[in-house]
Amino acid sequence: MNSAPALELRQVSKSFPGVRALKDVSLEVRQHEVVGLIGENGAGKSTLLKILTGIQRPDSGTMLAQNSEVVLRGVTEANRRGIAMVFQEQSLLENITVGENVLLGNEGETVQHGIYHWSKLNERAQEYLDIVGGGLKAEAPTHQLSFAKRQMVEVAKALASGQRGSHDPVILLDEPTSVLEHEEIQTLFRIVRELRKRASVVFVSHRLEEVLEICDRVYVMRDGEVVGECVPSEVTMDEMFSMMVGREHHAGYYHESRQLEARPEVRLEVINLSGRSFHNVSFTIAQGEVVSLMGVQESGREDIGRAIFGAIPTTGGTVRLDGKPLEPRTPADAVSKGVGYIPSERKVDGAVLAMSVGENLTLAHPDRVSSGPFLNPALEKKTIKSWIETLRVKTPSAETPIRNLSGGNQQKVVLAKWLLDPELKLLILDTPTRGLDVGAKADVYALIRDLAAKGLAVLLIADTLEEGISMSHRVLTMKDGRITGEMASTPGNRPHRTDVLEKMV
Amino acid sequence: MSGKLSTERPTQPAPKQTKKSPAGWMAAYSDKVPFAALIVLLMIVLVMLFVNPSFLSGNNIRALAEQSAVPVVVAVGLTFVILMGGIDLSVAGVMAAASLSSALLLANDRNTLSLGLWVIPAGCAVGAALGLLAGLSVSILRVPSFIVTIGTWQIGLGIGLLLFGGKPPRVLDNGVRDLANGSVAGVAGVVWLAVLVVAIGWFVQTRTRFGRYAYVIGGSEETALLSGIPVRKYRTLSFVVAGAAAGLAAVMATTRTGVGDVGIGGSLLFTTIAGIVIGGTLLTGGRGGVAHSVVGVIVIVAIANAMVLGGVSSYIQQAVQGVVVLVAATVALWRSRQRLRVVK
Repeated sequence: MNSAPALELRQVSKSFPGVRALKDVSLEVRQHEVVGLIGENGAGKSTLLKILTGIQRPDSGTMLAQNSEVVLRGVTEANRRGIAMVFQEQSLLENITVGENVLLGNEGETVQHGIYHWSKLNERAQEYLDIVGGGLKAEAPTHQLSFAKRQMVEVAKALASGQRGSHDPVILLDEPTSVLEHEEIQTLFRIVRELRKRASVVFVSHRLEEVLEICDRVYVMRDGEVVGECVPSEVTMDEMFSMMVGREHHAGYYHESRQLEARPEVRLEVINLSGRSFHNVSFTIAQGEVVSLMGVQESGREDIGRAIFGAIPTTGGTVRLDGKPLEPRTPADAVSKGVGYIPSERKVDGAVLAMSVGENLTLAHPDRVSSGPFLNPALEKKTIKSWIETLRVKTPSAETPIRNLSGGNQQKVVLAKWLLDPELKLLILDTPTRGLDVGAKADVYALIRDLAAKGLAVLLIADTLEEGISMSHRVLTMKDGRITGEMASTPGNRPHRTDVLEKMV
Repeated sequence: MSGKLSTERPTQPAPKQTKKSPAGWMAAYSDKVPFAALIVLLMIVLVMLFVNPSFLSGNNIRALAEQSAVPVVVAVGLTFVILMGGIDLSVAGVMAAASLSSALLLANDRNTLSLGLWVIPAGCAVGAALGLLAGLSVSILRVPSFIVTIGTWQIGLGIGLLLFGGKPPRVLDNGVRDLANGSVAGVAGVVWLAVLVVAIGWFVQTRTRFGRYAYVIGGSEETALLSGIPVRKYRTLSFVVAGAAAGLAAVMATTRTGVGDVGIGGSLLFTTIAGIVIGGTLLTGGRGGVAHSVVGVIVIVAIANAMVLGGVSSYIQQAVQGVVVLVAATVALWRSRQRLRVVK
């Protein structure tokens, strides 16, 4: 068989406004190999996948399939080259059959002159479904399948799409385990091993153990670069940790000198809180204290934040704010009791993108810019102006729609929205700096320090290890919905990142 | 390329094949049968058994079939537009243009043309042309179909008025008129034509790329695009199909009444859209189908018919019909309402 690499990237770079997402990335995927791609959030994995599937084009560098240079202009073209991806957010249609989904857009001779030959189509789709296993039936309706089963169908679909090329396909799996239970992960691994017989697989993950278990070779990415390539049998987890995480940032970035001692008064008390994805969680946050909640993506850390804010239901436990029970039924209820929340999906939940900077600023607290029941335009204008200045929001005017601002400036506006509230006692930040460039991150960190200095309790769900460790007074680690450790964190005496990681995975 | 796969079947136990099991195939589409609309229809029948049993007489059922024929044909075409998440409001306009055209193409009192049965493809073509205009505007100019089809509605009316010229053209081709009105094996010709259209619609929906992709595009246009499906082409085609169906419906109605009439499709927008919704085809696209639309339209026609037989005063019939439709829609859509609640 041809021994040329199935896929090769040479010196590929890609920039977005303000961010260099990929820097001179070179890697190869050999035939019938499972290649791991590991890195923290923001390391450039998703950009790399988008380039491999033709969703984005690299600024420079070349891509080769079977030793010949290719330029992909879209997913269809990638499919023709035998490259197919299993998307993290699922792409199956619920209103057609499993078989139709598998062969969607790729029906081949099972549809002739626009007429479906159902028995042929089902037979053909079944071939791919059988490779994946799990007793999936081509004739079955898709909407009845469980999440794990749907992912198996996605794999079959990718296999079918990749089969269009003249060589064995390359299947890209984007964080395929992030929503699976342990047993389902084992099933997935069995499928990956089965796939290896007839395809090359790129397995993207941020979970070390999984990558070490399933991959033949692993590329480690950090800050848009490939920082290491290793064979799982030859490295230890620790070595890979340090490759993934890299050197320290210098201390000033996190304004560590501005970290004040927490006050003695306990502000937030969480006692045995349980919910869908977390169990018996207890912790406290004092006034002026920043506590970071660290865990991998599906550890339940985000849900704890949402539960305290009343956005998702809890099944047990109590939450007290300043000694009084805080049992918000709705987010609005939580806001009225002095809780603020900044979601990670800023574009979805945090900002009303079509509204102006000014309107977004005053959104949650119209009373601050009103006299009695009426909006006071003069007061509104003044308040907005002062906040834009204080926060150094880079905007042409207060009337500019917030969607025209950069991510960092959007985030500052969203933060300021809560700063307007003098009654604010607790602020929950869910990965507030995700997707921001370095300068904007530093500004957001400074804002968090200011808030803590005002006596606010801050629950930080950090985007990276460093952020969580460097910003907080205390670090809480989580795994599988439970708190697994607690470490004090003061300037000059921060917990070691390996210790924190160990409690998380 | 499939050979490469079949030689390497996996070793794990192969799942039982359910090939050729019609039961399994039906189960594959739990929303293939419009149960809810059928229940509403059954309720109407039950009520009428007490109010006026002649509702179920052979004559009335024949009348119901004849009244349903034209709206059913319109609804079959419209179904594909709605399955893709679009809407076509132009039926009245398309039918006006097609009605006048077909009256003037058959033997009539205004000119010497006499196309005979060729009026059927001609009427379809008039409708298809207006549909093509709407389809291209939607898919290429990216104007929402709601507005586009209000536009083609007016264009169609305009064409109809132009051809009308102040005096309705009378159809003198008695052969074609007899075929439409008269009984063919005991049933009016238009009913047979409607049955044929439903059969074709069902085939298109279940067995053709256009029909299956209507579900795909309505389910998720993004996924369709990512799968390399030419969405614009199929979307345009859906309006052409809807236009052609409305054109055919106009020919049917015109040959029945015997005059080219600008107002011939005036009431059909309500009948067809309400029918399609009651049938369970979602206006957001992706769910429902031809069978749903047909049953839904029959429900609307039956409601109107039942009110006449039930002796509801003709002054308030329209209002009562609106109320009954609201109730029927609530009953028919109850299940999907629940399903939405579960999902959210």
